[in-house]
Amino acid sequence: MRHRQSEYRKIDYLTIAIYAVIVIFGWANIYAAGYNEAHSAVFDFNFNHCKQLVWIGVSALVAGLILLTDLRFFSNGAYIFYAISMLLLLSVLFVGSSTNGGISWIDLKFFKLQPSEFAKFATALALSKYVSKQDFDIHQRGSWLMLGLIIALPVGLIFLQHDMGSALVFASFLIPLYRFGMTPYILVIGVVAITLFVLTIAVGDSYYIIMISLAVIGLIYLFVWLNRPRRKDYVRTIGIFAVCCLFIISVDTVFGSLEVHQQNRIKVLLDPSLDLRGTGYNVHQAKIAIGSGGFKGKGFLNGTITKANFLPEQETDFIFCTVGEEWGFVGCLLLLGLYLWLLQRLVSISERQASRFSRFYGYSVSAILFFHILVNVGMVIGLVPVIGIPLPFFSYGGSSLLAFTILLFILLRQDAEHTSLL
Amino acid sequence: MTDPYRNRSVIIRYIYTIVVVVLVIRLVFLQLINSDYKRIAAVQALREVTQYPARGYIYDREGKLLVYNEAVYDLMVIPDMTVKRYRNRHRQDSIVQLNDTALLCRKLGITHEDYESHMKKAIHYSWKAPSIFMKQISKEELAAWEGDLRKFNGFYLSRRTLRSYDRPIGAHVLGYVGEVGNRDIQADSYYKQGDYIGQSGLERMYEKELRGIKGKKVMHVDVNSREIGHYMDGALDSLPVSGNNLYTSLDADLQEYAERLMANKRGCVVAIEPSSGEVLALVSAPSYDPNLLVGRVRGKNYSVLYQDIRKPLFNRALQAAYPPGSIFKVAQAVTALQLGVIDPYSYFVCDHNLVGCHNHPTAMSVQEAIKMSCNPYFYRVYGRMIQQGKYKNAYKDSKYGLTLWRSYMMRFGFGQRMDIDLPNVMEGSIPDTSLYDKWYNHRWTFASIYSNSIGQGEVQVVPIQMANLACVVANRGYYYTPHVVRYIGNDTAKFRVEKYYRRHETGIERRYYDIAVAGMYDVVHAPGGTGHKADVPGIDVCGKTGTAQNKGADHSVFISFAPRDNPKIALAVYVENAPGGGGSWAAPISGLIIEKYLKGEVQRADFEKRYMDINPCQPVRPPKEKKP
Repeated sequence: MRHRQSEYRKIDYLTIAIYAVIVIFGWANIYAAGYNEAHSAVFDFNFNHCKQLVWIGVSALVAGLILLTDLRFFSNGAYIFYAISMLLLLSVLFVGSSTNGGISWIDLKFFKLQPSEFAKFATALALSKYVSKQDFDIHQRGSWLMLGLIIALPVGLIFLQHDMGSALVFASFLIPLYRFGMTPYILVIGVVAITLFVLTIAVGDSYYIIMISLAVIGLIYLFVWLNRPRRKDYVRTIGIFAVCCLFIISVDTVFGSLEVHQQNRIKVLLDPSLDLRGTGYNVHQAKIAIGSGGFKGKGFLNGTITKANFLPEQETDFIFCTVGEEWGFVGCLLLLGLYLWLLQRLVSISERQASRFSRFYGYSVSAILFFHILVNVGMVIGLVPVIGIPLPFFSYGGSSLLAFTILLFILLRQDAEHTSLL
Repeated sequence: MTDPYRNRSVIIRYIYTIVVVVLVIRLVFLQLINSDYKRIAAVQALREVTQYPARGYIYDREGKLLVYNEAVYDLMVIPDMTVKRYRNRHRQDSIVQLNDTALLCRKLGITHEDYESHMKKAIHYSWKAPSIFMKQISKEELAAWEGDLRKFNGFYLSRRTLRSYDRPIGAHVLGYVGEVGNRDIQADSYYKQGDYIGQSGLERMYEKELRGIKGKKVMHVDVNSREIGHYMDGALDSLPVSGNNLYTSLDADLQEYAERLMANKRGCVVAIEPSSGEVLALVSAPSYDPNLLVGRVRGKNYSVLYQDIRKPLFNRALQAAYPPGSIFKVAQAVTALQLGVIDPYSYFVCDHNLVGCHNHPTAMSVQEAIKMSCNPYFYRVYGRMIQQGKYKNAYKDSKYGLTLWRSYMMRFGFGQRMDIDLPNVMEGSIPDTSLYDKWYNHRWTFASIYSNSIGQGEVQVVPIQMANLACVVANRGYYYTPHVVRYIGNDTAKFRVEKYYRRHETGIERRYYDIAVAGMYDVVHAPGGTGHKADVPGIDVCGKTGTAQNKGADHSVFISFAPRDNPKIALAVYVENAPGGGGSWAAPISGLIIEKYLKGEVQRADFEKRYMDINPCQPVRPPKEKKP
């Protein structure tokens, strides 16, 4: 008992403080989003802000419980958690309720359980466990196969629920894998492919893009060659360029062969302003809400767009609009600053872990949070296609808050004894 | 244990930082640089509702209400709320009616085609913003179905006010109110499409006083255009301020009486209180009921009135320039006396060779000349004024004479726009030398222009100027600019228009006016006077007849004032194409009006009936149709 108490002093209270500020700020915005002069009571279970208050309490309780567990509880039980969560995902397909076209809920009467939220930390635990194996070598084909399987299973099950956004989140495991030695080309190729794809469709004339990419690659080659003139780089550059051209032309050809309305659907995905009454409506309204906030915002509870039901999902996926409208640029900067601080803090925590399990898990946590922040905020301000995933600790929703809390506090529990090698 | 990938943590830190910075840069553009979104947010989430102020009332000189407001209701519609729109599988918009349109049409008494066209207009304006579906529904019409209105989605009532009149009098003075045109909207930012503005009469002249100050409510609306509440708790709202009232000098009873007298005739009556210039009654006949130009019936009635060949919309008292006829002789007499070209006892033989006249003894004085309205007498008087013998050259001499004479005429208010507080006032005309120089190539003398002496020729006078001449004589030498409004304001604070308290002198001595007044007294009372029919028992009426020749039958003209000493009323009566001269129609009508005003009641019932019922006016020939 005495031993354990001494360990608790090592809990990273700063991270908990950042977490708490984000949660409270989030709750204030949920309250504001649903605010109505006629019903302004904080304690009224007909309103989401009150339910969220309960969830904050539940999350705090669970967080406390996690901190009380044994150090090896999660590493030993990683596969068990993984198995449970996969079973839950599977059960959704049979007993799930549907919202917004996706089947992702299990209605437990008092609580709508969304297993995909919990699958994130379960998968992170399983991956961490696998990576921490004594004989693990990332460069072996067998390791890749296993890692791929661990990720592919939940992704596949979530795809079956038609929940594209949650499935995409699992791409964030590329970051901890990269940290553990995965070749960076996967990331680079991914980013380049997405960029070229978007550019090809957006610009619509492949020759310009070929010229631009030629110039860019030429410049990069020039710098590399000036440093280390080698024949190999020269050949490789031409090869990369050829692949890029092929990719661009194939995208262009495939896209050009599509029917006009199919083309439009893809274009709208890239530029929602093409269809303001349909797909682009939400993003357009979100931009209006945020843009009209200006520097200082309209003030707490004074939003006009977010108060008038112009935005569907404004307490969940579009909660950032309320920040933008009522707190303005200052509020957005504050929130994004908090998130960035948290992410950097998590990288520092991960780096100081002695065990591979904890470190990999730490990077998984930061990567999952990062992906959510990027996609959610990016979507709301029109940088990323509309993919419905929540803003961590901030959006309304019991499953999401609880799952993110568990995700974070498992790391904090591990971090409390970060010198232990497990 | 060494970690070969340790430096990758730095790259991961960079990736996190760069992405957050990109998001912030995007926010800079959205929130700090681009201002479009602020505008769009205001347009779609706020609705500015104008609070219309009550238009000022108009009272008569005794405080009787002439013009007030009555509430009517515009039926407003928000098209988006009347239907449910959704996209079907083929991504086409489908529309489902939420209302029982057939029932609504029955309640409103319109056909389904009307409904469609009204709705199309509203949709053309905006799907989400309210527009007027049906204008100006009266309380009575509303009572039948107001309760059912809630059943119809997207419809609501908006209160407006319309002008209302207790008595159907004074249309030409009061004027009317109509919707603003594009020019008004451009000229004054006060007005918005669909607003009302005074378009004639006092309504137009005192528009800025009457209209008041608009208030507004800034309402916060939701995505379905429903009002949620006052934006910023009403911090931007303002209450409307009612317009100022007009306290006019009109005497409603006199106005009504004069209108009854003129009802079946063509012509006009202008009655003024000489001591102040306040207009007591101003009638142009034919007139119309001002209620005709109010509300939904306005457009239809306006075109009927506009096309009437008797021109009921035309305000003859201000807009018609007539030859004044013999009433002009009064001004000639006092001017000639002042110029010293004659003396009170000058006499000129009634020589029909000079100019036509009626049979009467030779006038032995100015007083008698006025009484008998002797044309040759004033021919000679005018001759003396024009050819004063200052220059040997007759052309030069006539130029000098005409210029001097004209300057005196202008002092009576002739030949210039009377600055009355009503719009569209004609100038009339007193010819100057340049006119004749052009006509006669500088070679003209009195012989060329003598018709002016008897109020014919190039002289044109507007009836308000004739009434003003009566005032000048009644006051023995000065006048106040005629005006209708005495005070502007409300019950607690009133102010007056200063320019109407300035006295205009004619620069002619009072004793000469006394002679003219004596002559005008004789016109009504002395044997041989031309205006006996203006006599009112017990009242010293002074007057002067006129018979104005024109293309049709002669106009009958009479100016008068009463009583002789300390006059209370001066007036001009003009009856178009009424044969028999000034004494036959204009004089008796003047007498009746004076009797009504000074006694409060007309006791001569038969006399009144005769002149009220008979229409002496020869018919107007319809304008010739142009042959193609």
